[in-house]
Parts: sequence; structure tokens; C-alpha cells
Amino acid sequence: MTAAMSKIAEIHKIDANRVVESLRAARKKLDGVNVETVLEFSSVLRVDPRALCELEALAILADESNDRICLLHVNVQIYKVLKLAKLSARFDFRN
Amino acid sequence: MVITEARQRRGRSLPASKSLTEERVSYLESLLSQARRAAAVFTQYTQEDVDRIVKPMVIAGLEQAQRLARLAVEETKLGVLEDKALKNMVATEFVYNYVKDKRTVGVIREFPERRLVEVAEPIGVIFSLTPITNPTSTVLFKCIMAIKTRNAVIFSPHPSAWACCFEAVKIMYETALKHGAPEGVFTCLESHDLEDNAYLMHHKDVGLIDATGGPGVVKAAYSSGKPALGVGPGNTPVYLEKTADLNMAVVDILTSKTFDNGTICASEQTVVVDDEIYDRVLRKFTELGAHVCNESETKILERTLIDPKTGCMQPMAVGQKAADIARMIGISVNPNTKLLIARIHGVGSKFPLSLEKLFPVLAVYRAKSTDEALQVCVDVNHAGGLGHTAVVFSRNDEIIRRFGEAMNAGRIIVNSPGSVGAFGGVYNDMVPTFSFGCGTGGGNSTTDNVNVYHYLNIKRVARRTQAHMWFRVPNQIYFNLNATENLRTLKSASTVIVTNLAMEQVGHVDVVRRNLPPQTLIHVQVIPDAEPEVKTIMQGVEVLNFHKADQIIALGGGSVIDAAKIMKLKYESPDADLQELAAPFMDIRKRVVEYPTEKVKRTRLVAISTTSGTGSEVTPFAVLSDKLAGCKVTLADYSLTPDVAIVDPQFVMSMPRVLTADTGIDCLTHALEAAVSIYASPYTDSNAMQAIRLTFKYLPIAHEHPHDEEARSMMHNAACIAAIAFSNAAVGVNHALAHAFGARFGVAHGRANALMLPHVIAYNAAVPSKFMPSPNQRGYVAHKKYATIADLLGLVGSTIPDKVARLITAVEGLLDQLAVPRSIAEMGISAEEFERAMPELSKIAFDDPSWRSNPRMPLASELIELFWCAYRGRGVAKSIINSKQQLV
Repeated sequence: MTAAMSKIAEIHKIDANRVVESLRAARKKLDGVNVETVLEFSSVLRVDPRALCELEALAILADESNDRICLLHVNVQIYKVLKLAKLSARFDFRN
Repeated sequence: MVITEARQRRGRSLPASKSLTEERVSYLESLLSQARRAAAVFTQYTQEDVDRIVKPMVIAGLEQAQRLARLAVEETKLGVLEDKALKNMVATEFVYNYVKDKRTVGVIREFPERRLVEVAEPIGVIFSLTPITNPTSTVLFKCIMAIKTRNAVIFSPHPSAWACCFEAVKIMYETALKHGAPEGVFTCLESHDLEDNAYLMHHKDVGLIDATGGPGVVKAAYSSGKPALGVGPGNTPVYLEKTADLNMAVVDILTSKTFDNGTICASEQTVVVDDEIYDRVLRKFTELGAHVCNESETKILERTLIDPKTGCMQPMAVGQKAADIARMIGISVNPNTKLLIARIHGVGSKFPLSLEKLFPVLAVYRAKSTDEALQVCVDVNHAGGLGHTAVVFSRNDEIIRRFGEAMNAGRIIVNSPGSVGAFGGVYNDMVPTFSFGCGTGGGNSTTDNVNVYHYLNIKRVARRTQAHMWFRVPNQIYFNLNATENLRTLKSASTVIVTNLAMEQVGHVDVVRRNLPPQTLIHVQVIPDAEPEVKTIMQGVEVLNFHKADQIIALGGGSVIDAAKIMKLKYESPDADLQELAAPFMDIRKRVVEYPTEKVKRTRLVAISTTSGTGSEVTPFAVLSDKLAGCKVTLADYSLTPDVAIVDPQFVMSMPRVLTADTGIDCLTHALEAAVSIYASPYTDSNAMQAIRLTFKYLPIAHEHPHDEEARSMMHNAACIAAIAFSNAAVGVNHALAHAFGARFGVAHGRANALMLPHVIAYNAAVPSKFMPSPNQRGYVAHKKYATIADLLGLVGSTIPDKVARLITAVEGLLDQLAVPRSIAEMGISAEEFERAMPELSKIAFDDPSWRSNPRMPLASELIELFWCAYRGRGVAKSIINSKQQLV
């Protein structure tokens, strides 16, 4: 029997000019660490297909490692993109 | 692993597939992921963003038009290089010219006066099949449309035009990407495979199939269960009518039918020529390079170019030059021959050349008359070309109109070439396209020239609107004691007084007679004291005609005034059909049946009421009893409203107590129902509230002291004012119940209303089980209206439910004062009898139009419940208030 681990939230601010790189950096930190990761999107106005791929990869990794990823302050346009790309269910959203 | 397993895994329904390997599925899924991602990202783009991408794509298409045309001709071995280049230019430049200023992102159209806004929503992923006949031009066209509308496209070109299409997609994609389009916005299948197409057509991530191609492709698209744009086959009839400009017509037909060697499905197939010009037309065709085949040559054409089993054209001829076709089938013609013309004598499978021929072979038919010509064109149209294109050359507008009505074609081209004309934007102002919608005739969903709007989901943001309301009353209302004297001011050469015997006997008719100007010829028409019948009306109309009446004075209660209203209607508009005018309606403002506005005579209706209840002197309603049909006919139209109302209490001073009570309660019910009606307005509210106040104050006095002049006068006013309110706001469920009960058990209308009134107030004040749609009301307000009435009556109360309860108590108190029966049981009707009558009662009440303006929509079961409340009567309304959930 293992004791429940306390979760620590790590917040990553996503740089609007380097969305893919920021997401990639967040993904690296996700590896094997059972924490809640918060990606702060307030400065991001749009995502492109590459960013979408990164988010998908992030979601897959989080699924595998049982981590939760929370997207903070995602605007409704990006939320709609995630919905259309069938990714919205794989993240938590907070505003 | 084969596709069946993959299909099961994804839980999708796909057609039985023989051999899609896992590798192939994975490939197709990767295309779809890419497209889905691009489409999702594309939703963030603004109009400016897409317009910035579209323009360079168009320029790239124009720059590559010749090269792509060459690739297409080399690969497909069809058509004409120059024409294919022209098509590529039309597909880019002309299409751009149409779309450049069109809004396709966000708000695309606004209709401020209708408070409507249209907003564009992209489709997402489009699966697009492109044809062999117009390969690169179709790709260029679809790419521009897709970017303009923020959609991603997966292309599946025809296998014999794959390479040129791939190149066209590549040019468009690279240009789009360079100018900011999302990666993956266009992809092209690496090879053509029907299994791939089937997989993609059925995939849940594909939003729309845009199938341009042969009937098989189009049918597959429509059979997929997905929204699809498909283009049906064509068989374009041309009517060359005798008034046409023959020079222009022959050149246009030659231009069109030889354009890209006839590969455009809108091109001319059979020309029907009027007898008078037939020979001249053939001579002109010959002069301009056509070869008119003789009978044996025509037989060869029939035998070799059309498959006798299927009626389809032979592929070897499609898109080939006329001279080459002639050589292939062994007909000797001049090598410069542009077109082969075959004379036919009928249409259909027995005349194979009357069917679609996507090569420069044209059938001609000699018609002996216009009717024959139009019939043959209809035959051609129905011989495989339904919904597509038809062409007429004529200077006669009537012929053009008849042709347009006779043809089932999305494009009816007038005095211009069919193929290039159908594209739109070149010879006419139709929308430029490379995809011709053929409507249901062609198995398509649209007859439009497919354009950007077909690549969009258009959302309507509809803001709340209010119906225009009105407030209509008679032109003049004279009131107070001796108001009848005002008749002296109304000039009339011939007046007919419509009244009943009682009015004459008590001397009321003499009062009216005395007050008319001395020069007026007066005739008194006495009618029975009952709801007017058709016979009574028609007798009255005869009298009006005989006396050439210019004024009708209705003196009496509701039935007399109603009779006079209908007499006036039939007198002024003899053709008015009373049964038709009584057709049901939901909102008088939107009714289907219109009352006659053209009148053969004009007359003034003066209504003098002798009761204080119905208010018929100011209402637009009249009830007629049609004994022949065995029914009551309720007429409602503002044209029925009397021109002048005289509210003179001298005629009600002698009203018996029972009548005073019954009519007074009718007045109160009118006012209470108008106050809470879904059509209530500040204009009707002011009248309803005042009528309620006057009734509560003066009805008990008028009842107790019948000779109290002030009380009688005020109750007479109250009835008129309440009628003004309900004439403009209508009544409610109380009246529906009372009409049914009164008719079934022979109970006076006011008394029937009284039995229902407390229960209806409690019912309307409770939380409705079903709300009545009412755009003019902001929220449910009936309970608040009742509370306002309670305040107006000084009933105190601290909360809305409390005030409603006090209003019910006050109404019950008034009913007690007036000594009216307080329950149906009290009237001696047994519960068993009432139970037996209930199915009929509830049906009649449910059919009654009155409840349609009630604030709460009564369920059939609730009508029954209300009837039983009225049966039990006293105390029940309060128990409803206590037991039901109350609105606060």
C-alpha cells in the first residue's frame, strides 16, 4: 500500500511568441513527475498546427504518467480550436 | 489487419471494404488529422487574414494557368489547351472578382431592421473529388473557395487527371502556406483508390463532400450519409426560336459546343430550331465550319458514339476534336471541321444522339411550332439533364418566359453560350463556379452555382423582436347621460335603426328617433332578441339596400350590435363570405384571411349599447349563429368596429338586477383577462385597470341601487372601457371555459364567467406548467399584474402571493354581494351529469380561440381541472393558491 502523494502545481507561462518551445519545455518537465502542471495561456492569442501537435503530445504524456494538465486563461478561440481538434477533454481549464 | 477491425475499433459505420490495410488506414487517418488540425487552427483567422492569403493564390493560379492547362491536356488527352487555360483563368480571376469583397468570416450580413445577423462558421474538413474534364480549373476554384471560408480540403482527383491536379493543389498549398495559411490545409491523396474514397466519405471528421465528377462519384457522395455537394449530369436543350439573332446564336453555339471539345457538362446537346429558320440555321453552321451529317453518317454516329445498352457516350470520343471523331468512326469530313451536326427526329433512348455528348457532336431538331419546340426541349431536359442547364435564343420575352417556366434547370441561359454562360460572370451576372448544382432533378441539394456560401455554415443571430402593436377604438365615443343627443351632429339622409322588440316597447327607439336630425329618413328594423342568424342578417341587408341607408344605428345589447356589424359588412361588401372570414387565426395581426377593403357602398355604424357588459359598441367582434351549418361563427376584424359608440346610461337605468350582476361580471372578466393577456400593452393596461377599479366601486351600488345614476353611468363606462382593453389585448382561458360551459348548460355568459373567475386568477398566478410564447412580454408577469390590481383596489398585502390571494378574496366577495351562484354544483347540476359532459366541455374549451392570448398555456388536463374547481366553487381558488407553487 502506498501513501497518497501530495500534488504540487507547477505553473508554466506560455510565451505567445514561442508557443511550441514553451510547450515543449513544459512537456520535458512532465516526464515521470506526478504533479499538476498549469500552463498559463493569458498572453497567447492564437495557436498554430505545430502548437496543436505539441499540446496533443503533452496530453498523451500526461495520460501515460497520470499527471493532470490545467490550461489557465485560454481564450475562447483557442478553446474552440482544442474542442475541434478533440483535445479539450484531455485538459482541465481554469479562468 | 484489414479495415473491418479498424472499423470496429473506431466504432464507425463504413461500407464493406475488401482490402484497406492497416497501413492504408493509418495513412488516411494521418491526412485527416492534419486536415482536422488545420481546420481547427483556421477558425482563429480573421477576414483580413484569409483575404491576405487568397489574393496571392489567385495570382499564382493565373501565372500557372497555361502550364496547368498543358499538364491537363497531356495527362487526360481531353479538351483543348487554349480552352483549358481559359478555364484556369476563369477559375481564378473571375472567381476572385466575385469573392474578393465578400465577407466569409465572422459577421457576414446584417439586417438591422429585422434584428438579424448572419455569422459564418467554417465546415472544417472537406473531402473534394475533382473530375477529368475540368481537372486543374476545378482544383484552383475549390482551393480559393476553401481558403476564403477557412476550410481544409483533402483532394481526390480523377485517376486519369491525378498528376495535373496534384500539381495544382501543390501550387495553391505552397502559396497559401507562404502567406499564412495553416499547415495541412490542403492535402491530396497520393493515388486514386475507390476504397480510400469510401473510407474518407464515411469518416466522422469529414464535414462535407464536394463531389464534381461523373454520376457514380456523385451518387457515392450522396449515399455516404454526409452532407454533400454533388453535380448531376447534363443534357442541355437549346431552343433556337425564329425571332433570335441567328448570327449571334450560331456563333455562340459553336463557341460553346466546341469549347474544350465539349467537355463542359453545361454545353449544348440538342438544338431545337423553328421550322421557319431551320434551313438558314444549318447553312450558317456549315458556313462557320460545322459538318451537317447525312442520314447514313448520322446512323454511324448513333451506333459508334453512344453505347446502345447504357445510353452513355463512348469514352473514346469524350473531349476529342470533331474531325478526329469523324476519322475514328469513318466519316469523311474537312479536317478543319469544328462540329458534327446530326439531324434527329425524336428524343430518348430510341434517338441516342439526343442524349448527353461531351464532345463536339450536336443534335438538331426541326420543330413545326413553338409548342412542339418547347415540348421537345422538355423531353431533352428530362432525358438525363434535369436540373442542369437549358439555353434559349429569342428576342421574344414571352417565349423566354415560357421556356424558363418549362425547363427544370438551375441555369437557364438566354441568348448566350451554354457552357461558358453557365460558369457565370462571363456572359451574365450569375455567380462564377466550376460546380453546377442541379437541384433535386439532378439528385443534388441545390440548383445554385456552387460558391463560397456553400462552403459555410451560416449562423443566424436573431435578436428578440416585438410584433407591432396597435390600439384601435371607434372614431368617436360619446358618453354620460343623454349622450344620445350627439346623434344630431351625425348627418344622414337615410338611417336604419336595428333593434329588438323590447327596445321599441320601452321607448328607447323613440329616444333615438327624437335625437336624429329632422331631415333624416328613418326605418326601424326589428330583429329577434337572440344571437343573430344568417337569415336575420340577409333580411337586414335587404332593408339597408332598399332604403339606401347611409347610417345604421344599432340599439340594444350585444346580439343587436353584432347583427348590425355583420349587416354593415354584407351591405358594403356583398361578396364577403362569412364562413371564410370566420377562419381561425392565432394573431389577428397575422391572420390569413383578409376582410374586404373594397366596398361598393359606405355607411356609418352607430352603436348604442343598452347593457353594461359586452362592450360590443367598441369591439371588433361579432357572433353569428349559422343554424344551417349548426354552428356559431365568430367574426373578428377591426373593420367591424362601429364608427361611433354612444355610451348613454339612460338605456341601462332599468336593467334588472340579475342582468346587472351578470353583465357587470362579464365586464370585470374582460378587464382582468385583458390585463394579464399576452397582448396587453400600456395602452390596454390603463383601460383594463380603470375598468376594474370602476367595477369594484360601482357594480355593487348599481346592483343594490339600480336607480343610482352615477353608479349606472360609471358601470356603463366601465363596460365600454373594459371592451376597449380586450378589443386590443384579447381575453383568456376564463372565456374559453365560460363559452363551453355556458353553451352546454344554457348559462348566461356573465354568470358562466363568474363561476370560473377566482379559479382562473389562482391558476394564472401559479407557476405555469407550460408558458405561452409571448414575444411582447419580458418574463411571466400575470401574477405581478394581479398584485398591481390588488394595490389599485387598496387590498394591501405584503407579497405578490399575498396580494393575489387578497384579489381572489375581493373577487369572491364581489360575487357574493351580487348573489351569483358560486359553484356549478349550486346550480343543481349533479357531479355525474357534469362528469358526463366533461369530454365535450374540455374539447370545446380547448378549441376555443380565447385561451390563445392567456398568459399561461392551458393543458387539456388543466382545463378539466379548472372545470372541476368551478364545479366545487367556494374556497377552491384559495386552496389552489395555498397548494400550488406561487410565483413571487
